Amino acid sequence: MAQAETHDPGEPLRTVDGMPLKSALARASRRARIRAFLLVAPLLVFVLVTFAVPIGQMLSRSVVNDQFSANMPALGEWFDENGKADPDEAAYAALAADLATSYADKTAGNVGTRINYEIAGTRSLFTSSARKAKDLKPPYKEALLALDPGWGKADLWAAMRSASARATLNFYQAAVDRKIGADGNFETAPETNRIYIKLFIRTFILSVVITALCLLLGFPVAHLLAVLPLRHASLLMILVLLPFWTSLLVRTTSWMVLLQSQGVVNDVLVKLGLVSDSNRLEMMYNQTGTIIAMTHILLPFMILPLYSVMKTIPPAYARAARSLGATSWTTFRRIYLPQTVSGIGAGGILCFILAVGYYITPALVGGADGTLISNQIAFHMLKSLNWSLAAALASMLLAAVLILYWAYDRLVGIDNMKLG
Amino acid sequence: MALPVYASPLERVWYYTYRVICALIFIFLIAPILIIIPLSFNADPYFTFTRAMLHFDPAGYSLRWYDNLLTFGMTLPGALRDGAWWSDVWHNAQWVQAAKNSVIIGFFATILATVLGTIAALGLSRPEMPYRKLIMAILISPMIVPIIITATGLFFFYSDIGLSGTYFGVILAHATLGIPFVIITVTATLMGFDRSLVRAAQNLGAGPATTFFKVQLPLITPGVVSGALFAFVTSFDEVVVVLFIGSHAQQTIPRQMWNGIREQISPSILAVATILVAFSIVLLTVVELLRRRSERLRGVTPS
Repeated sequence: MAQAETHDPGEPLRTVDGMPLKSALARASRRARIRAFLLVAPLLVFVLVTFAVPIGQMLSRSVVNDQFSANMPALGEWFDENGKADPDEAAYAALAADLATSYADKTAGNVGTRINYEIAGTRSLFTSSARKAKDLKPPYKEALLALDPGWGKADLWAAMRSASARATLNFYQAAVDRKIGADGNFETAPETNRIYIKLFIRTFILSVVITALCLLLGFPVAHLLAVLPLRHASLLMILVLLPFWTSLLVRTTSWMVLLQSQGVVNDVLVKLGLVSDSNRLEMMYNQTGTIIAMTHILLPFMILPLYSVMKTIPPAYARAARSLGATSWTTFRRIYLPQTVSGIGAGGILCFILAVGYYITPALVGGADGTLISNQIAFHMLKSLNWSLAAALASMLLAAVLILYWAYDRLVGIDNMKLG
Repeated sequence: MALPVYASPLERVWYYTYRVICALIFIFLIAPILIIIPLSFNADPYFTFTRAMLHFDPAGYSLRWYDNLLTFGMTLPGALRDGAWWSDVWHNAQWVQAAKNSVIIGFFATILATVLGTIAALGLSRPEMPYRKLIMAILISPMIVPIIITATGLFFFYSDIGLSGTYFGVILAHATLGIPFVIITVTATLMGFDRSLVRAAQNLGAGPATTFFKVQLPLITPGVVSGALFAFVTSFDEVVVVLFIGSHAQQTIPRQMWNGIREQISPSILAVATILVAFSIVLLTVVELLRRRSERLRGVTPS
């Protein structure tokens, strides 16, 4: 008390070593913050380097456009100077010079492939003309047109003009089924070539169907687990957790075994006389296979969040409603269901996020019409080698997933995520 | 949830219907996993129950697909089964090589993910941690971002820096994928951790290291171990990243299965699947025991 009496109210409180108490506290808490951050820093750096940077770099590939522009410098210069003008003799001269160099550098194939993305069937035009470009004499326009009249086409020049830019949105345009027309503007691709919009819609619809099925199957099970006495519930919980812990490939394999036309499900149906032997159900390599297998795989991700919410709902509310005269249906609809909404949201978003980006199961059981956008990305990465288009599709998928992730965070909070 | 005495007949009917529906859903969940176990003992190369199997005729069952796992890829599969034969298995059998690769990659990825993840979780669970939510969101994102996007990104990144086709590259990638699981389980354990224990230890003169190893770590060990198991399973089950960045030398079990399923699905796959199911049953048991131990340590009585 002696100190308090001698303390002058105008003077700030000080620590023993004479520092104002306020700044000493601020310093201590700043140090605590730095200490906490230093603990997290190594992992943060690790994840940024091995995860965030590679993905960012991959996304930048979707706008980088050097496959054509780096190998055709003279033509690029002509486009810079003349813009959208019709190709004149100088343009053809630049083209012939570039073709000759690209043949010498063995890059003609790359250049042709780049234009082939825009106009199918033009790769050979580049490779065959490049082979003879060295011997061309002026006037180049006539010489090139004599080599192949295809060089005079307006849409080819439009495609080359857009491929000459260092950065492009072409691949995003391609990813939404638009291509460059003869006038250099984007137009919607012909009906038969529109695959990506359809694929995005299919991915969305299948994910909605799978999420809805998971909810339909997961809700009763989660409810049963939540209301049963704990020792029974934990036994039944094993039936949910075992699939969760089992390898994805194992589960997909077993669905392939079950669903194939000579498989167990068809055999049982034939034995029961529900299906004739000559008329076995086609449940695999189509959408049915994808839906069944993915519902099974994602079901635990719906049951676990629902269960953790339902466990906290006091049964007294339902009993109170019943005693006030509500029927059991009204009790469920007006009292119980509203309390489970946060669990439905958490499980639903989680299932949907996982379904939208799914790759393995659709690739194995999906066949032609049960594949999703991820499979198309893999196709462009491994087979068609149109990496820029793969990157454009990937960035669109990533944007969708990040929006959902943000919604999940707002609704549930990432730190409330639980496993098992 | 016992049926109340005042239940109407309709409610009684619904009560039992509901149980039947739930039983069917449980069957849907578990049957696909259990059905492959008997099928893997099929004596014939079919994926369905043969007549002999249904009559429990011993001739309908065999271990040939398990044997095939050992002999596939060997130089002399028909030789006498002595020491040399087993050495041949160890060095040449493809599934054995795949298992070795899976264990090596899984082990180092788990160590890396667990050590980094646990330290970070300690920081994240401190109340004074700045930008907690944002950093948490970044650290969890490898679990949320579609695997194909991660694999594509790593494919370009690793070819640029010369890590593709190396064990080190695959280990780094798998560690990244396992980190969210470690973070989630360890922060969940730390939520229930009594911070005053740390202050008490410091009060009694323990330094930060002693406090961590003698007070904090023993209490959070169950969470750390289940996080590590999650990370290991993630690596052990991962195929897409290995397909994109691994070379033939990094053939793991899932990749071998993937090839087997895509090319010519043979009952050998079912034998592998059965072994993996047994493995996951063991893991599930361990995690469950750990969870109970953690609750006991923290004084939480199971409700």
